[in-house]
Amino acid sequence: MEFLSDIASLINSTLRISTPLVFAAMAGIFAERSGVIDFSLEGKMLMAAFVAAVGSYFLGNPWLGLLLAIIACVSLSMLHGFASVTYKGDQVVSCVAINILIIGLTTALAAAWFGQAGLTPTLTEDQRFLEVNLPFAESLRDVPILGTIYSDILSGHYIFVYLAYLTVPIVFWVVFKTSFGLRLRAVGENPSAVDTAGINVFAMRYKALAINGVLIAFAGAHLSTAVNANFFREMSAGRGYLALAAMIFGKWHPKTALVACLLFGFTDALQIRLQGVELPAIGEIPVQLIQALPYVLTVVLLAGFVGKAIAPNAIGQPYIKER
Amino acid sequence: MVSPILELANINKSFGHVQANKNINLTINKGTIHGIIGENGAGKSTLMSIVFGLYQANSGTIKVNGKEINLRSPKDSIINGIGMVHQHFMLVENFTVLENIILGFEGELVFGKNLEKAKKDLKNLCDTYKLNIDLNSTISDLSVGFRQRVEILKSLYRGAEILILDEPTGVLTPQEVDELFKILRSLNEEGKTIVLITHKLIEIMDLTSEVSVMRQGEMVGHTKTKDTNKEKLAEMMVGRSVLLRLDKSELKTGDVVFKVEDLTVKDDLDVTRVKNVNLEIRAGEILGLAGVTGNGQTELLEALSGIRKVESGEIYLDGKKVSDSQNFLDPRELKEKGLAHVPEDRQRMGLVTDFKAYENLIFGYHDQQPFSKSSILNHKDIISHSKKIMEEYDVRPQSPNLITSNFSGGNQQKIILSRELNEKPKVLLVGQPTRGVDIGAIEFIHQRLIEMRDRGAAILLVSVELDEVLSLSDRIVVMFDGKIVGEKENKNVTDRELGLLMAGVV
Repeated sequence: MEFLSDIASLINSTLRISTPLVFAAMAGIFAERSGVIDFSLEGKMLMAAFVAAVGSYFLGNPWLGLLLAIIACVSLSMLHGFASVTYKGDQVVSCVAINILIIGLTTALAAAWFGQAGLTPTLTEDQRFLEVNLPFAESLRDVPILGTIYSDILSGHYIFVYLAYLTVPIVFWVVFKTSFGLRLRAVGENPSAVDTAGINVFAMRYKALAINGVLIAFAGAHLSTAVNANFFREMSAGRGYLALAAMIFGKWHPKTALVACLLFGFTDALQIRLQGVELPAIGEIPVQLIQALPYVLTVVLLAGFVGKAIAPNAIGQPYIKER
Repeated sequence: MVSPILELANINKSFGHVQANKNINLTINKGTIHGIIGENGAGKSTLMSIVFGLYQANSGTIKVNGKEINLRSPKDSIINGIGMVHQHFMLVENFTVLENIILGFEGELVFGKNLEKAKKDLKNLCDTYKLNIDLNSTISDLSVGFRQRVEILKSLYRGAEILILDEPTGVLTPQEVDELFKILRSLNEEGKTIVLITHKLIEIMDLTSEVSVMRQGEMVGHTKTKDTNKEKLAEMMVGRSVLLRLDKSELKTGDVVFKVEDLTVKDDLDVTRVKNVNLEIRAGEILGLAGVTGNGQTELLEALSGIRKVESGEIYLDGKKVSDSQNFLDPRELKEKGLAHVPEDRQRMGLVTDFKAYENLIFGYHDQQPFSKSSILNHKDIISHSKKIMEEYDVRPQSPNLITSNFSGGNQQKIILSRELNEKPKVLLVGQPTRGVDIGAIEFIHQRLIEMRDRGAAILLVSVELDEVLSLSDRIVVMFDGKIVGEKENKNVTDRELGLLMAGVV
């Protein structure tokens, strides 16, 4: 039985840990399917975490914090669009600029407002999101297997966890079953074809970036107002890049990107469990080595398996209408 | 009773300092096939992009059916019944035919009822005009000819009454051209107005009923096709009389100087592009290699010039083996052995376009005397050499210090040609020597190639322009899907015969 509950808690943490990755990967899909590289998922996630924590602290309501985070991230996406869509700057440079800006900005603002570099005050229970217990979770716990799945794996997560997994089928539907999705995919493949069909290429890319901003805000808010009760310096910890890797590994497709996110989440959950555990014959594995696991996996997967990942054809290229 | 369907008045358009269209006036009558002819860079495509709403004119008016319209985007022109088939197809390659056609005209937010209706309408259109297109096939699986039909179908579905085609035959085999012309004629019979943009005189004579000629951004004349001929049109295009036929002296061949045995080459994606090719070129002959773009010509040229690795097979120069899969000479060593290469893509491989003309004029030979001594460039000699050679090859403007990208396509090509021919190579590999080059320069380049041949060089001419291959070559081989599918002496061979080979039919 202990083994079963170990597995259940591992899956439970996988779902939780994967949540920001899922939001970020879905955000990435919108931007990159429209032909705009989004390296700035990392910076935007950090910004969202900061704004959500601060907003929620001052306004006393985590939902208002989330709303502010959405506004902040959409603004950053627009900034990225302004630089790289309207002014045709280099998209990677624009993203790197945003990432660096946000690291400095969040640290400096926290220092100015709260006197601690890169740390915001701890949120009270009213100011943050709490775990959601699904109905009858307690009473059903003792039902064999199904009870464990329902009560120990599915129940007791933050609202963002449920939202994240709900987002995936919605993204799939929007991208593949609607005319907006058709235009989105077309604009990332051949913007000239979209232009000559009488659709505004720039407007399409801005729309995609706006959706990207909304989605990434959820990832940040999850970190600072749900899993944690405050913001701390560089708390996104490379999750934006990891999500980008998951998206590429998933070939810019929501379903496979989800699988990749879960895989990364699982290795992270596993490394937490493995810390301090004595393995037979090997002994205790150094913490640093275990912590590197998800990142090593990223490199291995990207280098080894995704050789044939075909990116949207026009990605990274600003659309120049007149020669 | 003829009535104008499209009227342009005083259209002006500039890109930066370049005025692409100057005071253009043009009237296109309903139900005609109207040709617009002019050299590359004459402003034809720009003008039609304005009509299609892709570019906005700086000034001027456009009327459709007598009513003035304001074209802010392609949407406006599509609404007014104007459709355009661009030179580079505006298709999303990994979409299906259906997805490409409904793009922008889905008529519903979530796919459902309208999609079914669109399928039915498209099937009817296909039947009416005998387009024979499977709506569910993916564009990347279709041949160029079929992709073009998809473009035509797209315009028809969007309600085009005027169909503009920009250089539609550039990428087609002669048979595909026939098919296209058949489709265009049947569209015309159904009352559609067709505007054909081309630089090929024969197409104008074949298909159109009226023709307008453009030169350097200006409209220089309108006429009924039956009142003119090729020579007159060419003169109007260029502004002086040109030789349309090449005079070639009797063939006097020597020994085989260049030989390719069983050559196989892969591209960057590890796809085999050249399959067991055998070639022999004698001194004093031009071997023409015909074929539709993308059948392995590029990879073959790259392997022969030492840029790309040979997978298997052997290459001999002057009877000595220079390359096989194990040992190969790099381009510099090949150059020293007397092999010169004029690459297909002149701006990517032939030139550093951001460099000055004199630098490009000596590239590859820059470490030889008198251009440099102990690795230090000798500026004075380079400049005087550049001036001399620019005069000899009629490169305009004759200023060695000008940045190369400021020269026209034809003059850029002359820069490469002069550099490579100046060393009097034994073997010359030439790829697409006149792509994007104006008629005047074509004439010049062709004469130079013939001169080289008469001097005893072995020349491999790779070109997708069948006319060029036919007029220059002594012998012609046709490449299809990486293989040599036919060889013909250039006597009494017709473009039809070659076209069948190019399409892989025979």
